[in-house]
Amino acid sequence: MSAATRDEWMTVAAARMLWNRCVCFVGIGLPSAACNLARFTHAPDIVLIYESGTIGTRPDVLPLSIGDGELAQTASFVVPLPEVFSHYLQAGRVDVGFLGAAQIDRYGNLNSTVIGPYESPTTRLPGAGGAPEIAAHARQTFVMLKASPRSLVEQLDFRTSAGYLDGHGARARTGATGDGPRAVITDFGILTPHPRSDELRLSALYAGATVEEARAAVASPLLLAETVETIAAPSESELAILRALHARTREAHSRPVVLPTLLT
Amino acid sequence: MRLMPLREALAAHVADGDCVALEGFTHLIPFAAGHELIRQGRRNLHLVRMTPDLIYDQLIGMGCAKRLTFSWGGNPGIGSLHRLRDAVEHGWPRPLELDEHSHAGMAAAFCAGAARLPFGMLRGYLDNDLDKVNPRIGRIECPFTGERLAAVPAINPDVTILHAQCADREGNVAIQGIIGAQREAALAAGALVVTVEEIVDQLAPAMNGIVLPHWTVDAVVHCPGGAYPSYAHGHYSRDNSFYQRWDAISRDRDGFNDWMRAHVLETNDHAGFLASLRAEAA
Repeated sequence: MSAATRDEWMTVAAARMLWNRCVCFVGIGLPSAACNLARFTHAPDIVLIYESGTIGTRPDVLPLSIGDGELAQTASFVVPLPEVFSHYLQAGRVDVGFLGAAQIDRYGNLNSTVIGPYESPTTRLPGAGGAPEIAAHARQTFVMLKASPRSLVEQLDFRTSAGYLDGHGARARTGATGDGPRAVITDFGILTPHPRSDELRLSALYAGATVEEARAAVASPLLLAETVETIAAPSESELAILRALHARTREAHSRPVVLPTLLT
Repeated sequence: MRLMPLREALAAHVADGDCVALEGFTHLIPFAAGHELIRQGRRNLHLVRMTPDLIYDQLIGMGCAKRLTFSWGGNPGIGSLHRLRDAVEHGWPRPLELDEHSHAGMAAAFCAGAARLPFGMLRGYLDNDLDKVNPRIGRIECPFTGERLAAVPAINPDVTILHAQCADREGNVAIQGIIGAQREAALAAGALVVTVEEIVDQLAPAMNGIVLPHWTVDAVVHCPGGAYPSYAHGHYSRDNSFYQRWDAISRDRDGFNDWMRAHVLETNDHAGFLASLRAEAA
């Protein structure tokens, strides 16, 4: 089997952080791949919730969008969207929320709204979606982010979702019920918050990645944990299951859809 | 309730300057109705939708909208909505005012609208910048505990337009599968127009299913395929490849205009739109 790509490293590292029966609020893309890889490996009874309202879904292929039919078809049940956010997320019934973003700062605050000033942005990003309240109310959140000098920044252009705000203790004063970002999974390794300051620091590297490479990938100074662990390479079996999942997904998404025939 | 053709239903219920919600969370997006608004040349619309999808990219790019209330504006699973971005970043074809929320905030605003309450409430918008750019995010104090909570004004569109699988001849509408905030958007509206795949003599017993009763519905339109390239569970799948192709079609202004002219402006109705895509694929 060929060597794992960095996307595969990220997906496998994130999947390993999930546990069986954990209730997980899933986003599209790498988080969705990680959650389903966990379900197909060590966490068969993980409960996946997509914000479209599908609860306990068990898709055989990865959805392209948050509301693909596959998600409803294989769900335990489907609820109206306001219920997902009020009765499940806000009520504290979600263990893990997965977030992505265009920018993250050293306290895990996220921006997915604009680059540049809000009124005249250089790049208008999709916006908040479910992120602000996932960041506030999931018991913990994981952030998946490909690191670049533009993504790990000193100062966010816009704060879409609160992490630890400006440091230890600040979050407790906000009314947020969740514990905040417990890990940031990047393409060189994993950042976790310092136990006292809540500042993110590099605590694990993928086998083969180096601290120098990690430092070069980001604009802001990168703090190191006292011990930087090494994350074991994706196993043959993890890679085989993940690649089969992606292959099934590609096949399903390239299948032509028959345009509806009109029954006039 | 009246059973009407799409052109008449929208001419009767949507005026320039109206606040219009075409809802449907990925599923059951009323594309046929959105295209008909473009054909009718509606202007200055205040568009409302949690996830402006391709249909809002098209309405915005064709100059139909002056304001957008939304919570996530991308091409799901693909990337940006290029026409939305062009309007926000460069004011093309006209500037677009944004009324920006989170999903949870918009869901609360729709629920309040459906209940005819003045505002929705949530434990949300906690320490982010959205309330700095949106004056419609406020704070209230719980009269019992003193907790500070977020408040958003109710959303009550002049018109909500939905697509659904089925209606009976009285105008009761049944919706299955992923329903997003469609029920709330429907009941929040001043008028409700629903396009459906099928009209039947009698709906199956609904039990806990979602039904919009006939006296809440103003017009039902028989419009098979009306959600395409989104999907209608049980009838046809989401055309993911179309969503992927839209990225290239919409990337530049000329390509977008050409495509809209060929497939929307120069077709008479949704049947014509689908036929034009079939012809192109053949």
